[in-house]
Amino acid sequence: MGINFRKETFRDDFTFRNSPENIRRFPFPYHEDAYMYSVNIEPHVPGPKNSVFEHLVDVDEHYVSEMQDRAMVLAEDPLRCQSLPHMTLAGWDLLELLMTEKAASYPEHFSLTREGDRWHWINRPLGIDDTFTFGDVSTLPYGPMEYITRQSQGDFAILDQRDNNLWMDAGMITTQADWSLDFDIGMNFFEWHAPVPLAHEMGVFTRALKFLTNIQQGKPARRLNWTMTINPRLDTSPENFHKWGSDRLTVTPENVGEKVHLRVELQSFWRLPRSNALVFPIRCYLLKMDELVTVPKWARRFHRVLRDLPVELAEYKGLTRYRQTTVEWLSKYDDGAPTSPGFSPD
Amino acid sequence: MSAGTNKLNVTVTEVVAVNELVKRFHFERTDGGNLPTFSGGAHVVVEMRDGDITRLNPYSLMSSPLSTRDYTISVRRDDVGRGGSLFMHNRVKRGMEMVISYPVNLFSLDLRARKHLMIAGGIGITPFLAQTAQLASYGGNFELHYTCRSEALGSYTEVLRERYGNRVNLYYDEHNERIPLERLLATQPLGTHIYVCGPAGMIKWVRDTAGAHGWPDDSVHYEHFAAPQPGTPFDVKLAVSGLEIRVGEQQSLLEAIEAAGVDPPYLCRGGVCGQCETNVISYDGTFKHNDHWLSDEEHCSGKKIMPCVSRFEGRSLVLER
Repeated sequence: MGINFRKETFRDDFTFRNSPENIRRFPFPYHEDAYMYSVNIEPHVPGPKNSVFEHLVDVDEHYVSEMQDRAMVLAEDPLRCQSLPHMTLAGWDLLELLMTEKAASYPEHFSLTREGDRWHWINRPLGIDDTFTFGDVSTLPYGPMEYITRQSQGDFAILDQRDNNLWMDAGMITTQADWSLDFDIGMNFFEWHAPVPLAHEMGVFTRALKFLTNIQQGKPARRLNWTMTINPRLDTSPENFHKWGSDRLTVTPENVGEKVHLRVELQSFWRLPRSNALVFPIRCYLLKMDELVTVPKWARRFHRVLRDLPVELAEYKGLTRYRQTTVEWLSKYDDGAPTSPGFSPD
Repeated sequence: MSAGTNKLNVTVTEVVAVNELVKRFHFERTDGGNLPTFSGGAHVVVEMRDGDITRLNPYSLMSSPLSTRDYTISVRRDDVGRGGSLFMHNRVKRGMEMVISYPVNLFSLDLRARKHLMIAGGIGITPFLAQTAQLASYGGNFELHYTCRSEALGSYTEVLRERYGNRVNLYYDEHNERIPLERLLATQPLGTHIYVCGPAGMIKWVRDTAGAHGWPDDSVHYEHFAAPQPGTPFDVKLAVSGLEIRVGEQQSLLEAIEAAGVDPPYLCRGGVCGQCETNVISYDGTFKHNDHWLSDEEHCSGKKIMPCVSRFEGRSLVLER
């Protein structure tokens, strides 16, 4: 049985929503009734059926509409996709990774046939049927990274590894939580993390860099991160802050369920074989409060997490303006009953 | 999450005597299919099960990254080493099944380079065989300078000449030929990166000379695997696991720790990657540091040791393992 792709928007009339089945596979990020920073990195291995971890590269019901939204972002602002000249080989690595994973996990939707360097790629949901020569840029309509990431949900940052550091030298970034590829391109790991408070002094980034530079081929890792977004908008970029920043002032007790979204990023980390670069796919999942409260355990727990979140974290994540309204709305769904340990619905 | 690599089950499909000292080994996946793609400069760790002893030695992949039907490595026989190369030379035969690690690259090309200037000594040629194949596949600009003891002991000199013509420059000690390093360094176009792999003395010579000519450190790359040296046996207390172990004459400290059932992380087993860095809790004796990871101050501090290549002589050593 294939995926039933939804037709929906992430802007203007915001028709995005999750089907009941898709709600239950949402990567709910809190394993207990409180949240604090942790190094929640684990091996990126296939997980339970009907979870976003079932396949290493997840495709869901929002796929086709997300790709249309990406095409609109790129049409307005081509600099969301950039690749420095030495990163083309890494782009081919990424193309191979995404095509082989998709074709193996979703044979009804994607197929890849390879005869030497001659590759035949069929993407049925997007109506693409292309034959090209692997390694020959002139045989594709875009560079290899742009070609495949126009067909893959989530943002992709490709990092060159050299001089004991990582360098943000390529990426496709259109669904980001307020950071800019055009600003960060060419920066090293410490430079692009410079704005993050406290963590530098704690040595967090030195340790993280050591971990990341030692990620090995065939052993990807993953972590979840989260924030909140008003309206189901994928493109919350600094470039378009004027379009979405004021959304945060529009939350009222009446519209919390429809407007306020939990935004979870599934970040994974992979070594690319030919270029020895790293790729970080950053996949964004959105869940409306109306949808979240259909799972009683999540409703209770998210109420408690948001209510008790330290002020500094709420500030950093930009939740301050609508936090109280949302907590009050969620309190109606929290009867104080205990919640079971772990992420999944009861 | 521990560092380290996945393992591959492989079968030896060919063993070729390249010359008096060097043998080449071909590995294919035991279950068929292609091996993982890799980049020029990568190595694999080969597990050698020799009775009760398991040795794990890193070897550069020398086959073309464009073809992953098989992996090939070349091993130079070391008659006074700990026996890893002798095991490969004397015991490994065609048809034998072995375990190797996934490829790891600690000597990768800087893909920004306008030109790659490669300097090899002896068996240090192996990573360059893979890197030149990779670069040649897309018209990359490289030049190789390769020095060997004698024509008879020069591995792959002919095949390199045949593939790349006068981009390959050969120098033989027996003819008193020497790489004209100063001239080379003074005449490279902007954007050139240097890569050197060979004996420790050669690496130091190239790095020092490049530094003296004003080359930035970031443009000089080197592969510096130290093979673990045999030495006097010594006793070690592993404080965390509560074990007391003896490191044999032909064993590395890391191998002895592993033989006791403790699994520290590792990648290179050659003193360069830093993964197996271990804290010293107390000691009474002298460290024999052989790594290229710890700083001179750390070597003198008595607080850290790299068990993959370094040893100890003295009355007692307690490690945080």
